[in-house]
Amino acid sequence: MSPRPGFVLEVDGSTPPTLFWDGEGFTLERLPEGSRIIYAPEPLDALKDPVGAIRHALAHPIGDSEPLAALLRPGMRLTICFDDVSLPLPPMERPDVRQMVIEEVLDLAAAAGVDDVVLVAALALHRRMTEAELRHALGDRIYEAFAPHGLLTQHDAEDPENLVHLGRTAEGEDVEINRRAAESDLIVYVNISLVAMDGGHKSVATGLASYRSLRHHHNPHTMRHSRSFMHAPSSELHSSNWRMGRLIKESGVKVFQIETTLNTDTFPSQFAFLQRREWEWTLKDRVTYAATAKALDTVPAKLSRQVFHSIRAPHAMTSVQAGEVEATHELALASVWRQQGVVVEGQSDILTMGLPYICPYNVNSIMNPILVACLGLGYFFNMYRGKPLVRPGGVLIMQHPTRPDFNPAYHPSYIDFYEQVLSETTDPNEMHKLFEESFATDPWYVHLYRTGHAYHGVHPFYMWYWCAHALEHLGRVIVLGGDPGAVRRMGFSPASTMADALEMAKDVVGPSPSLTHLHTPPILMADVQ
Amino acid sequence: MKTPNPLGAIGRARFPLGAPDWPSGVDRPPPERKVGLDYDHEWSRRYPARLLRAVMLDNVTRPLAQFVAPRTVRGDEYLRLLEAPVIFAANHASHLDTPLLLTTLPARFRHRTVVGAAADYFFDRRWKAALWSLSLAAIPIERARVNRRSAEIATDLLREGWNLVIFPEGGRSPDGWAQEFRGGAAYLSVRTGAPVVPVYIHGTRRILPKRDEAHPGGSGTENRGRPLRRAPVTVVFGAPLGAADGEDARRFGARIERAVEVLAREVATDWWAARRSPQDAPGALRGPDAVAWRRAWALGPPAELERANAWPDVRLARVTARRRARRG
Repeated sequence: MSPRPGFVLEVDGSTPPTLFWDGEGFTLERLPEGSRIIYAPEPLDALKDPVGAIRHALAHPIGDSEPLAALLRPGMRLTICFDDVSLPLPPMERPDVRQMVIEEVLDLAAAAGVDDVVLVAALALHRRMTEAELRHALGDRIYEAFAPHGLLTQHDAEDPENLVHLGRTAEGEDVEINRRAAESDLIVYVNISLVAMDGGHKSVATGLASYRSLRHHHNPHTMRHSRSFMHAPSSELHSSNWRMGRLIKESGVKVFQIETTLNTDTFPSQFAFLQRREWEWTLKDRVTYAATAKALDTVPAKLSRQVFHSIRAPHAMTSVQAGEVEATHELALASVWRQQGVVVEGQSDILTMGLPYICPYNVNSIMNPILVACLGLGYFFNMYRGKPLVRPGGVLIMQHPTRPDFNPAYHPSYIDFYEQVLSETTDPNEMHKLFEESFATDPWYVHLYRTGHAYHGVHPFYMWYWCAHALEHLGRVIVLGGDPGAVRRMGFSPASTMADALEMAKDVVGPSPSLTHLHTPPILMADVQ
Repeated sequence: MKTPNPLGAIGRARFPLGAPDWPSGVDRPPPERKVGLDYDHEWSRRYPARLLRAVMLDNVTRPLAQFVAPRTVRGDEYLRLLEAPVIFAANHASHLDTPLLLTTLPARFRHRTVVGAAADYFFDRRWKAALWSLSLAAIPIERARVNRRSAEIATDLLREGWNLVIFPEGGRSPDGWAQEFRGGAAYLSVRTGAPVVPVYIHGTRRILPKRDEAHPGGSGTENRGRPLRRAPVTVVFGAPLGAADGEDARRFGARIERAVEVLAREVATDWWAARRSPQDAPGALRGPDAVAWRRAWALGPPAELERANAWPDVRLARVTARRRARRG
């Protein structure tokens, strides 16, 4: 049976309670009759022969590009860049697609007699990956062949020796990227397009860029004019990246882009109920749900976090395309939409969502309050094309415990951002003017970013800017089940039950509001008409 | 009083009550030997035997193998992408290879895999045939010559969805280096369409070599009673291979051997270096083409010599000294 498309369910008396994620746990909530629930399409079938598909893609590139084998020659400098630990979510079962693709690229390079090969994790301002994460993404074989010789590197956006300024775009945007990549005869970029925001020129122009370059598009103005940043034609974030990408190309930097897409097979079989529609839950699903929810309620948060972060998604590749950046990206985007797109008629007064335990920036770590805001208001709110699921001035209700817990090794600047910046202002523009520079250039944060596993000092600002469009659009943000102190610190309203949250929402949007629930993950993209 | 024995009475009775005499003018056919290729091993794939084998493999063989041969596994992540039936073609240096390989396979393969075993060695006695059929799901393979019956047994099982472990060398290495691969795995793959996963097993000969390996030219009993030596091993799985259009079993067999050779290079160097080394580089699998002593030399020192040359375990020395002091 082919996978069923996503759909919008109208809640009536017979509708069972709906699953809401609640961080490292979940609850069942009964939504008012007449509410709409958007269900994601079922996972598309995996490619039957993924390795064969990769070989075919490398041999039959798209757009203005020769086959990869023809671009490789002895004596050349080859740099293979790949997406970092933020993709895919949750981390996928081995073999990771990056491993599969890079092994094929290296096979061709070996056959062509290429000796000078360096691998670069395209981190931008993200934290450096740990050895275990690199081994997981690339496989032990690649890791052991390259890492001991210093040929497996991680992009350092604060290393002036290893950055090169390629010029300014017509809009005055600095383009500064990784020197090794820029001075190579060929960059092969291996990407995972998990959502429509990923890939294209953003891969090199963001993943290998410096703070000097990134600040041109990671700012409140750009984010407010990206409606949404999941839809490139309406996204200022993407326009800026595209200008930069074209400048990179004009500078003579040759990029062979390989974009892969995955299906939304997100949870292993023991958590199968998380992917099923509630009325299709079997006895096993119901028992598993009850046992898991109860167990997660009783065990310490640290333990449940460990359990969830050990999940490896059985994601499978649905497409792979390679060649010229823009043409390749177009095809990858079509695959993403085929998997995730759901048509939704019109906006509603209230949008509800349950936020899971993971977002791109807390893999193997804690989801702190700033990342909660980023996941709800940045990512899930922006999972639309056309217009947001909630009307201007509407209310967003998101469920998450939102504990003020931080990982000091991974998110050191987040702690100070929470204590010093959010206590002063929650306005993205104001914090951009008053605080960003000092966090971005703080030598301690730079040191931790370069030598430890810390996100860059400016990263929490970017997470907040990610919310800028939603903050401007919404009348109120209610966090259901959130720590009241943390929720208020961010300028949101805490609520302890769904009934309370709905009452609070009515104060903003009036009585008898319409409500839409985003039933995710698995990920979906609403095509709001 | 002596009890009458009715069976004895029947045995002594004359035909037709007793057995007939064999006419002296007619050649007596050899007694039907239900061993070797003729051994009926079907019972070993029925549910009770499978259950017992699964319990043994998971709870006895696996921990034992892990203890004796702590393993590093590479390339097993690709097995997730494969569907049964699959042919695993590995080099063969020790009896340990089979339990090690079986217990390294993911459970969905492990419990539905048969092992091609030499009919003349593992199936020459009924008790041996029963033991190996039950414990390792072994099936008899004629290794001295091409045999239609062997091929039919393996083909039928592959078509029924069983995976097959086969050692294309036809037997354990006599000197530590691999022997030429025979065409069995390639032939079965061409015939059934099952992919062949090349496997390289490194290090098992240090634990349990072939009996006469340490004393080539000896009587074959020199290693008898030699205890197992614990040593790390490496199991490397390669990418699955299938016969190309128009490729015959012989050429495909050579390609399988080359694939195992690349895996052997990978263990000797690393994955990237293995890919870059020229195809005519000195063999990492079959060893250098040289006189016997140089081939033996190229294998490296034996495990016991390595241990003797190693730095003493200081902690252990301290503990022993303390104990002695206490006793003294």
